[in-house]
Amino acid sequence: MFDALSERLERISGSLRSRGRLSDSDLDEALGEVRSALLEADVELGVVRAFLEAVRERLSGEQLSQSLSPGQQVIKAVHEQLVEVLGSSALKVTYASKPPTVILLAGLQGAGKTTAAAKLALWFKQQGRQPFLVAADLQRPAAVEQLRVLAGQIGVDVYSDASDPVKVAKKGVAEATRLGRDVVIVDTAGRLAIDDALMREVRAISKETSPHYTFLVIDAVTGQDAVHTAKAFNETLALSGMIVTKLDYDARGGAVLSARGVVGRPVVFASTGEKLADFDLFHPDRMASRILGMGDVMSLIEQAERTMDPDVVAESAGRMMSGTFTLDDFMSQLNQVRKMGSLGGIMKMMPGVTKEMRSAAANVDEGQLNKIEAIVNSMTKRERREPVIIDGSRRTRIAKGSGTSVSAVNQLLKQFGEMKKMMRQMGGSQPSMPGPMGKMASLAARAQAQRSEAVPAGFESLAAGMKAGAAQRPSGGSKNKKKKGGRVTPPKQR
Amino acid sequence: MIVVIIVAALVVLLGAVLVVRRQSRRSVAPQLRAAMPEVLVRDVSARPSLGDVATLERRLSSSRSIFDRVRSISGVGSLSEDQLAVVEEVLLRSDVGVTTTNEILSDLRENGAPEGVANSLRDSLLSSLRADRSVRLTASEGRVPVWLFVGVNGVGKTTSIGKLAQRHVNEGRSVTLAAGDTFRAAAAEQLEQWAKRTGSDIVRANEGADPGSVVHDALGRAQARGSDIVLADTAGRRSNSTNLLDELAKIRRVADREPGEVVETFMVLDATTGQNALNQAREFLAAASVTGIVLTKLDGTARGGIVIAIERELGIAVKYVGIGEGVDDLIVFDPQNFVDSLLDA
Repeated sequence: MFDALSERLERISGSLRSRGRLSDSDLDEALGEVRSALLEADVELGVVRAFLEAVRERLSGEQLSQSLSPGQQVIKAVHEQLVEVLGSSALKVTYASKPPTVILLAGLQGAGKTTAAAKLALWFKQQGRQPFLVAADLQRPAAVEQLRVLAGQIGVDVYSDASDPVKVAKKGVAEATRLGRDVVIVDTAGRLAIDDALMREVRAISKETSPHYTFLVIDAVTGQDAVHTAKAFNETLALSGMIVTKLDYDARGGAVLSARGVVGRPVVFASTGEKLADFDLFHPDRMASRILGMGDVMSLIEQAERTMDPDVVAESAGRMMSGTFTLDDFMSQLNQVRKMGSLGGIMKMMPGVTKEMRSAAANVDEGQLNKIEAIVNSMTKRERREPVIIDGSRRTRIAKGSGTSVSAVNQLLKQFGEMKKMMRQMGGSQPSMPGPMGKMASLAARAQAQRSEAVPAGFESLAAGMKAGAAQRPSGGSKNKKKKGGRVTPPKQR
Repeated sequence: MIVVIIVAALVVLLGAVLVVRRQSRRSVAPQLRAAMPEVLVRDVSARPSLGDVATLERRLSSSRSIFDRVRSISGVGSLSEDQLAVVEEVLLRSDVGVTTTNEILSDLRENGAPEGVANSLRDSLLSSLRADRSVRLTASEGRVPVWLFVGVNGVGKTTSIGKLAQRHVNEGRSVTLAAGDTFRAAAAEQLEQWAKRTGSDIVRANEGADPGSVVHDALGRAQARGSDIVLADTAGRRSNSTNLLDELAKIRRVADREPGEVVETFMVLDATTGQNALNQAREFLAAASVTGIVLTKLDGTARGGIVIAIERELGIAVKYVGIGEGVDDLIVFDPQNFVDSLLDA
């Protein structure tokens, strides 16, 4: 995997720092890195070129800022440009004065139209509307059945029959009108942009139903082809915008920028998970950070909310701050974090994490975590509550029970002790707030503020918070020790 | 043991945010919801009208011109930077990826183009596609051979299984399908229609059932009926979720237990996929020991160049390609044709 763009830019920024402003050759070099990063993120080549020109314009001749390194300044410009392109001419979903508002979904096979149709229906329902679904995908076996099942889960009615897609769409809209529903969502079959017969068919559906909104459903995992697809659908239908799906994947999602760049229509909704509720309005700033590989705190938090049990986390996080944190708490937290996926993947989404920490996390394999779990599980209840009582003979027993060595047990206990100490310091460092919640609240306030602010600024404050924590960590020493013991696993790419 | 520290830091941050978010949601949520519909009820009855349609030819010509340029480069010997730039563009536009493109470019820079740029590039790409492409049809004595299909959502796993079932039937083998996608709504119905169409046997369970047990039942049934092969479907899953990958590994273990034996594990890959395909291949290889790729939707404008990077880096070979919606539109992968279409020669 490529380093995050920021790391690459930091490498060249040494040469930039000495001078007062970015020269053309500095800029060329920096933009070369940006180009690679965008291509790695699947932004289409032509779109990359146009984009780089815009960034060059933004940066050329600009005075270097005092507070930002040149690398950061380049990133800031790139980020701002991304947000501008992704977020401009945002679409506000409004409703027809004479209901129903008709929405047509189209896209390639497998982009996620049927699921998006159901998710969109749920979204409208949450807005207090009465949506109605029309299953006009008569192509794929069981597509109608799929929509019926999904619609059943959210309590929305579906119309379909076995005639032909154009008729089904027309009758479906008529049915919704008859029933007095105010939003109709028409799901269509997946089709290739070069399939003229099917493209003519979807155009006919559009003519018959005169949709108020036509959304292209596009998959965040798409590569360079995104522009062809978006262009062709935009020429065939009057696209009002796009719905991007599969944002829970680890793809950077440059296809969104590509599609946005060629058709000039906004991305309106984003689908971020397998559950029907994992669907919301699109956030250009988050997408910009994601394309740049800058870490995506909000997505991380959302992922955490989906997979973690908030009560468990909150309870042990509170105890952690007050210093009454036990190994049981630690285990339950470890399990919560493991539910979210690989540590390396999580760290990738976290901003402000040093490169060392990131690579350390990437090198942690499941085996090591299992070992930790085995050690803790081999302790008695009392030992987990009061690790101080673990003496030599207890250590030997634990090592035997967990199939590890005494030194591994020692290491875990030592680290645990240090962590506890550090956490207590963090918790106690803010006397203005009562109790252990003080620090947590301030951390959380930062994360909250970040939602409204432009992302890079929020990142910095959050990153500062993380780094402050990291500075107190005795991690350097422990890492050396690890090397001495010869237990360092070679870097493994997952 | 640095893990301990990392986990702790993570949890504190997440825990804090979760708590505050929950509290704020409790108090602010009602207003938020009400404010959310950015919906000023405005009349949108001015419905957008459809413009003219670009013809298919015009659409294609715009995407092809660059490929014509590379063919027309006739330079022999060392390449100029301009020529290399054209080659780079061809490769990048085919989703080959930055890393692999740079490697190929430096090869070309070093070796020159004794027989013209197009030929050298062709040779270079073909040399990346040398992995073994044979497929295993038989298991050891007394076991039922299983082909397992894995992949992310929406790549065409179920459809590919349907088409491959037809292929086996055409070649005189009896097929049992295992509807192991118990997650997606109506996935089993979809496979069932393929079973009917191809005259295959199918074992399915209700939505939400354990996929492993569906596969297990299919194996028993295939053995009892004397089926020649089992094609096992699985739910589409993102490749960055440990849980979902663990589940997949478990399904594979079940399929590989007596009386079954997994002889091929296909990762189904959508040709429109970009650089994420490499992550997918890496993760599915680790979790389910992928033995080959079925590259689908190659009949569109996407060229699927990422499989070159996958084969170079991970040694996973493409074995079949999907080229249309018809039941026979799945063919054996041919590297020469593939490279030709990449360069559009």
